[in-house]
Parts: sequence; C-alpha cells; structure tokens
Amino acid sequence: MKQSLKWNRSKTTRNNFITYGVVILAYIILQIMIGTDSITSTMEGLLVPICAYVVMALSLNLTVGVLGELSLGHAGFMSVGAFTGVTAAVALGRNVTSGPVLLIVGMIVGACFAALVGFLIGIPVLRLKGDYLAIVTLAFGEIIKGIFNNLYVGVDGSGLHISILSDTTNLAADGDLVIGGPMGLSGIPRESTFTAGVILILVTLIVIFHLVNSRAGRAIMAVRDNRIAAESIGINVTKYKLMAFTVSAALAGAAGTLFAMNYTTLVANKFDFNTSILILVFVVLGGLGNMLGSIIAAAALTILPEALRQFSDYRMLVYAIVLILVMLATNNDTFKAFLGRLKPGAKKKKEAV
Amino acid sequence: MTFLSFLISGISLGSIYAIIALGYTMVYGIAKMLNFAHGDVIMVGAYICFYATSRYDLPPLVGVILAMIVCTILGIIIERLAYKPLRAAPILAVLITAIGVSYFLQNAALLLWSSNPKVFSSVVPEGSVSLFGGQLTIPYVTLVTIAACIVIVAVLVWFTGKTKKGKAMRACSEDKGAAQLMGINVNGTISLTFAIGSGLAAIAGVLLCSAYPTLVPTTGAMPGIKAFTAAVFGGIGSIPGAMLGGILLGIIEIFAKAYISTQLSDAIVFAVLIVVLVVRPAGLLGKQIREKV
Amino acid sequence: MKKKLLSMALAAVMVLGLCACGGETTDETSTEGTETTSSAQGAAFKIGGTGPLTGTAAIYGIAAKNGAQIAVDEINALGGDIQFELRYEDDVHDAEKAVNAYNTLKDWGMQLSLGSVTSKPAEATSVENNADRIFALTPSASSQATIDGKDNVFQMCFMDPNQGAASAQYIAEQSLGTKIAIIWKNDDVYSKGIHDTFVDEAGTRGLEIVSDTTFADGNDTDFSVQLADAQSKGADLVFLPMYYQPASLILSQAKGMGYAPKWFGVDGMDGILTMEGFDATLAEGVMLLTPFNADAEDEKTQAFVAKYEEQFGETPNQFAADAYDCVYAYYQALTNAQATPDMDAATLCDLMIQQFTSMTFDGLTGTGMTWDATGAVSKSPKGMVIQNGAYVGLD
Repeated sequence: MKQSLKWNRSKTTRNNFITYGVVILAYIILQIMIGTDSITSTMEGLLVPICAYVVMALSLNLTVGVLGELSLGHAGFMSVGAFTGVTAAVALGRNVTSGPVLLIVGMIVGACFAALVGFLIGIPVLRLKGDYLAIVTLAFGEIIKGIFNNLYVGVDGSGLHISILSDTTNLAADGDLVIGGPMGLSGIPRESTFTAGVILILVTLIVIFHLVNSRAGRAIMAVRDNRIAAESIGINVTKYKLMAFTVSAALAGAAGTLFAMNYTTLVANKFDFNTSILILVFVVLGGLGNMLGSIIAAAALTILPEALRQFSDYRMLVYAIVLILVMLATNNDTFKAFLGRLKPGAKKKKEAV
Repeated sequence: MTFLSFLISGISLGSIYAIIALGYTMVYGIAKMLNFAHGDVIMVGAYICFYATSRYDLPPLVGVILAMIVCTILGIIIERLAYKPLRAAPILAVLITAIGVSYFLQNAALLLWSSNPKVFSSVVPEGSVSLFGGQLTIPYVTLVTIAACIVIVAVLVWFTGKTKKGKAMRACSEDKGAAQLMGINVNGTISLTFAIGSGLAAIAGVLLCSAYPTLVPTTGAMPGIKAFTAAVFGGIGSIPGAMLGGILLGIIEIFAKAYISTQLSDAIVFAVLIVVLVVRPAGLLGKQIREKV
Repeated sequence: MKKKLLSMALAAVMVLGLCACGGETTDETSTEGTETTSSAQGAAFKIGGTGPLTGTAAIYGIAAKNGAQIAVDEINALGGDIQFELRYEDDVHDAEKAVNAYNTLKDWGMQLSLGSVTSKPAEATSVENNADRIFALTPSASSQATIDGKDNVFQMCFMDPNQGAASAQYIAEQSLGTKIAIIWKNDDVYSKGIHDTFVDEAGTRGLEIVSDTTFADGNDTDFSVQLADAQSKGADLVFLPMYYQPASLILSQAKGMGYAPKWFGVDGMDGILTMEGFDATLAEGVMLLTPFNADAEDEKTQAFVAKYEEQFGETPNQFAADAYDCVYAYYQALTNAQATPDMDAATLCDLMIQQFTSMTFDGLTGTGMTWDATGAVSKSPKGMVIQNGAYVGLD
C-alpha cells in the first residue's frame, strides 16, 4: 500500500499504457478470431459478459483498492444501472431505432441513476468503518434487490407508468411492461456488442486513471493510508470518499446496462449478494489497486466455470478448490517460497539446454 | 394475542439466528475474519443429524452429539487447511478463501447427499404448550430453541470470563503479539475458537431444521448471511451482542411481515439495520472505540 | 509484489487457456461427463439441454436430466435407426449461465434442444434457439414468455397462466371454497404467473380472495405470519402456487398452529410425498392439478418409476417425467419425418415444426397431447387429492 505514495509519475504512466495496450491487443486478437471464425460460440457468447464484469471489477477496485473501503453490495449498483438503463432504452426505442444510440443512452441513464443512488447511499454509509461499512453495503444491495422485485414499470404512448407491490400500471394496448416485478426485465433490446464493451472498459480505465492521478486521487489515497493525517492537513475526507464512491457506482451502473442489454430477460435476483462477492473475488485476486490485475482476474474467472464443464458434476467443486488454492498460492509465504524456488530452477534448466 | 404469537415466532427465529451469530462473532473476535463458510457448517451438522436419526434410527441426542463431533472436526480441518496458512495474509484474502470453502461445502453436499430435499424429523418431541385457553400456542421446539440459546450464551460468557482458555481467547482478540509474549499458544487458541464455533453451528443446524424441517445443500446459506447481519447488528465480537442482535433481527423480520408487507420484509429488515448502524456505528453492544490522534 | 501478482495472474490465464483448449478437444474426441455414449451403429441425433444441476434449484435440473437419460437409454437399446446422444449442461438457474451452457452445446453440435428446465433461463435460451434455428422442446419451462413469438420453441408442460385459470375454475366448479387465501413466491416467475391468472379468473368466478401474502428466496422458512393472516381472515381454502419444498414447510407449520383449511396446489407440488422423511399425514387432503404422479397404476409409469428408482435411488418427480416424454416425442416426430442424423439443425427444425403441430403424442404426463403453432401443449390436467399417503383422482 505504502509504495503507491512512492510511485513516480513516469512509472505510473507506463503501467497505465500497458493496461490500455493489453485491452486493445486482446480486442484486436479476438476480433481477428471472430472474423476468421476460429472462435467457439461459447467464447463468443462470453465476450460481452466479460466486458461487463471487467468494468464491475475495475469500478469496485476504485472503492476497495484505491479508497480502501470494503463494499459487499456492488451488484446493487449494477442492478440499478441495468433496470434504469433498460427502461430508458425501451422508452426511447419507441421512437428511435438505431441500436448504438439506444445502448449509449441506456448506459448514460444507467450510470446517472447508479451515481445518484451511490451518492445517496454514500452519505450515511461512509461515516462507518471496516466491516460495519461492508455490512451496510450488503444491506443496501439486498434492499435494492427487494425493491426491484416489487417494482412495475411500463411504457406506452403517454409515457412512463410506475407502480410498486402490484401491477397497477394500466398500460395502453400498445404499451410494454419493462419491469414486471419478480418477472424482472423482459423484452430488452439486445444491443450490447463486444466493441461497445471494450469501449466501455477503455472509458472506465480513462476515468479511473485520471481520477487516481489527479489531485483528488492523491487525496483519496491519502485518506486510505491514514485518514487522521489526511484530515489534519485539511483534506475534506467525506467529500473525497463520496467522490470515489459515486464514480465507482456510476461505472457499475453503465456495466449493468451493458450486461442487461446482452440478454433478452433478466431478474433482480441475479444481482444478489453472490454476484457482489464474485466481483470482490475478481478484485482481490487481481490485486488491490491493480487495474490490469482486475481485468485479467475478471476475464479468467468468468471463463473458468465454462472451461471446467468437462468435469460435469464436479465442476463447481473444482471451481471452489481452484479458488482456495489460488488464494493460498498468492498469499501464503511457504507457497510463494516454493514457487520462487521453482522459477530459478526452470531458468537454469533452460540455460543448460 | 396475535401480537404475542408473532412475538414468540420472532423470538424463536431470532434465537436460531443468535446461535449462528455466536459462531460468527467468536471467530471474528479472535481471527478478525468473516467466516462465510459458517452457514455451510450448519448445513453439514443438520445432514449428519438427519442421517443419524432417520437412516440409522439413533436417538435424537446421539444424533446431536454426533453432529457436534463431526462439525467440530470439520471446523478444525477447515481452519488448518484453508485459514491457518493465511494468518499473515490480508483480511480480504482470507475472506475470499472462506467463500471458496463455502462453495466447496455446498457442492460437496450436493454430490454426497443429492439435491432432493430431506424432511428433518425434529429432535424435539412434537406438540405445544397452550396458554390463555388455547388462544396462544407455543410449540416445544420454540421453547427448546430459546432455552438452548440462553444456556449457550451463559456458558460462553462464563467460559470467556472465568476459565483460563477463555481468558486466553480474550487476550488473543485484544492483541495477538502481546498474548504470545505472555506465553499463550495463539494458534492453539484460534483452533479452539473454530472448534467451539463449529460445534455451535451443529446445534444451530439441528435447531434450525427442527423448527423449519426441510434440508437441502443450500439450507445454511441464507440463515448464515442473516446471522452475520445479526452479529454486526449486536456489535461484532460481543457475545451478548450476538444474542441480542439475533433475537431483535428475528422479531423485526416477523413484525415487518405481519404489520407492513410480506413482499418487502427483507428490505425493511436491512433498512432497520442501516439506521441502527448509522446511529450506533459499532452495533448495539459493540465497543465504541474512540480514536486517538 | 505487483509484478509477482501480475505474473501469477498471467500464468493463471495461460493455464486456463490450456484448460479451455483441452476441454474442447476432449469434447470432440471422447464422450464423457454428462454425455451418453451412442450405440455403435453409426451416427446419433445430438440432443442437448440446460438446467440447474447445482445450486438451489438443482433438484429440477437433475431430475430432468435423469428422466431424459432413461428415455435415451431405452431408445438406444431398441437398436433402431434413430439413436440419441444426450448432453445436459449446468445453468445454475440463471439466464446468463444458461446462454453460456447453450453455447457450449452449440459448439458440441447440438441438433435438437431440450431448451432449459426452468422458466427464466428458458426465456433467454429460447431466443438463441430461435435465432440459430435449433428446434427446442422444453420439458418444464412453463412461462408464456418462453414460447411467445418463437415458432420453433415448444413446451411439454402446461403454461403457467393456464394452470392458474384452470385451478380457479376447478375450485369454483367443485365449490371447494369461497374464501381463498394465496401464499406465493414473490421472486419466482412460475409462482407469479400462476398467481396473476388465478386472481383474475377467481374474480370472474365469484371467489373471494381474502388473503394474499408472499415469501421470497432467503425468507422462505418461517410462514407463521402468512398462515396467521389466512387464518384470521377466515380463509377456508389456501392456494399454494409453488414447488413442494416450501409447501411442505407451510403444511407442517399450519399443523403446528392448529390451522386446517383445504389446500390446493399446482403441478410443482408433485414430489411432496416422495420427500425423504416427509410425514404424509400432513398432506392428507391436499388437492393439486398435476399431469404426472409416480403412484399411477398404468404400466408405462410404473416401468419408468421402477427404472428411475433403480438407477438413481430416488422417486422421479414431474420434471423427470416431462423430460422423458420430451425424448419420446422427439423419437416419434423423427420417426414420422424419416429424419436422419446427418441432417443439419435447421433442416430438422423445419421438420420438427411440421411434425409437432400435426402429431398426437401419448406419454407419461398425458395422452392425446397436441401442440398448436405457438408451441403450447394441449393436455388436460388431472385433479388429484392425497388420501392415505397416495394420489387419488378427483373426478
């Protein structure tokens, strides 16, 4: 953690460019593979969800890694983004037919609403510390899930109709029920594409890197490393915490819209505690504050359960074991020393040959 | 009268949350980690008891003891293999490992015991106490659950307050380094805590399934999260706090369903939790630590 | 530290890459895992389906997979021209994972699909089925949205709205009760679908709904409040549009509080009697509409149940029977159409649409089943009542 203070500028910039480079390179390679039809349908179907999860991991890394606060309700923001963004896209879709426009408007609306919710939640929540903050974010995630499970939103010629608990939207005959309570979202326009996903990842990276390397970013990291010291030199702790939290929520909201618009249907239960945890796993595995790590971890762990299908019934069991072993391997000194011994050995062998 | 019967349902549900929360809180107090696999240890305990009593026709008490033994051993094994190697690692790494263990237990249970729900036969005799000329009935299992909860809390308070091992536990939770210097076996104490927590999980599992008798591999997951909430609610690390938090959570949940809306009850429970934590940032009975500058 | 983490992560990705490649090659060369080996006589039709094989809904997916497996084994053992190769993939009852599972099956070369087992995932995969022109016959995804607007997606089970309406109609015609309470699962498409049409139909038939309460995932253990509400409002019949697991809890808690109304369930209730350790007296007098019951006397059902119990050690439920019927319906349709395994999915799709809209099928879950062009099945639900721990026909 402390080394971040010692970062010199050029090194940071270089690291950032490596991150952009990896994303763009991966995009080009995958596009060539799609163009030459040398990619499996499984992999092709995973591309957009991977992009969404990468953005989720990056945005959570801003909260957990950069701001240093544990959040267990990040999927809640994804949910807000998905539901509001899709509603906007469907409403707009009655007049506009251009897919990219719907997707962009959806993502912007999703991001704005998620930011608003993040801001409102942030005010009380960020007063708390550590595990208490974690449990409150978990609670917010569950509340958001509970609300969307009971929310009915429809669109017809005369505008939006919203009701809660039971469907009293009384839509006109040509109306679409966008959010149907427990039925969730249905009739989502499927406009998400891999290209859009990669663009969102790049935008996210730009936002995060700019924030981290700005005055505000240094203030945020100062708060993380020593709140009292930061306060004593006149940094407005609440303001900067809230800023990071809101940006993180907004990015998650955009990711939610991207994710939702890759499917025709989606329920609020999808964005539950387990999804929040999954995203947290990406962040921890990739390394706190390490954006490239988050990208790789999110992609790898989204592919992993699919790659394990050959184990059939034992699939999720193997997944759990891999997860535990990876955490042990990356965090235990004995393991690390063991791996460390392997490395030079391997080099020597090569030299000998 | 309906108010009273709801109150009793709430206390009964809350007592189960409380027993689960005790396991969370003890482990948290000493290892400073959220043991997300705790809920799944509960499920294992319930399955062991189910097989002992239903398949092999052992008496309920033997079933409970067997479940406790298996869970205690399981708890120690988990601690040795998954958590102990990470003692020096960041808290988040341990948290993720705990989640891995939770997935592992759920999926192992699915393979071992299949996904078909089992109907748990209560370890408490069926029947109920009638009060006020039959207007209010309290099932025996409710009474046993509440009694078990009180006894466990009393024993734990005595254990941590009066015995040598218990004092060692408190010392470790205050300051591991200092405790080690005083000659306390820190690793042994942490293992002991896991053993006790897992043994309690077995009791919680048996009581949970006696009151709500279906058993599937994911039985422990949601009560686990609720109990975790309860532990934080009462002030994590505090034994009386876990009990108070658990019981209040149960009562709020039942009352929210009864008097506000069954559809939004979970949202209401969590909203109350947030309000309480905003007012008392360390939970109801948690230590409010003042920061020194 | 950072570099180390990075290298570690990269290494992990490479291992994964290898894993993925390895996975693909094994898929092509050998048949393992959930696939069954086709018989030696040349090519077989590749049937694929997705369902929850792990997680909270695993019981439904595993049952469907097992039921389909028995049918495939039986048909392959006949040694005729039509041979099947079956593969089920896990979707964890999640739309996202279902699409992934579907894509895996597509890579495997699936020609005919069993859709998805549960409704919400099926709504997502059926769109893919429609876009890829792979015919789908889902055993148990009963929501209307599963088949809406898709000409090549068919159902083996009743549609939810039909069940809700049929239940209300049945209750009114047999005057089983006048004051009705409903307890339903608030975050479940199946429960919600039945609830909504039930309420509509009940209104037109003069049934009074006095209590309408819900529960949800994670909140499905304590029903004291819902039952107290029904009891205090004097409901004489409680309608339970849900699966049997929560229903069994409701029955036992109602008994605990001394509340004994009439109970009316839907097809998801089937299975309640075969739960290990269930006290059948609790379900005494429960009425339900179901297309299948494992205690039926007919030869077909008994043979299926015996085989299932022998192979999997459990009594089959409705999902298993629906999936079994699906495979046999395919068998009949393929025989009629004189289809061969070398046909591609799109050709088979057209043939199947033609067959299914014209043929009549007799299976475990009904006789004289027909399908209309929307993909909905027409079969009559059987009213059953539980007496002395067994189903008895109501009519």
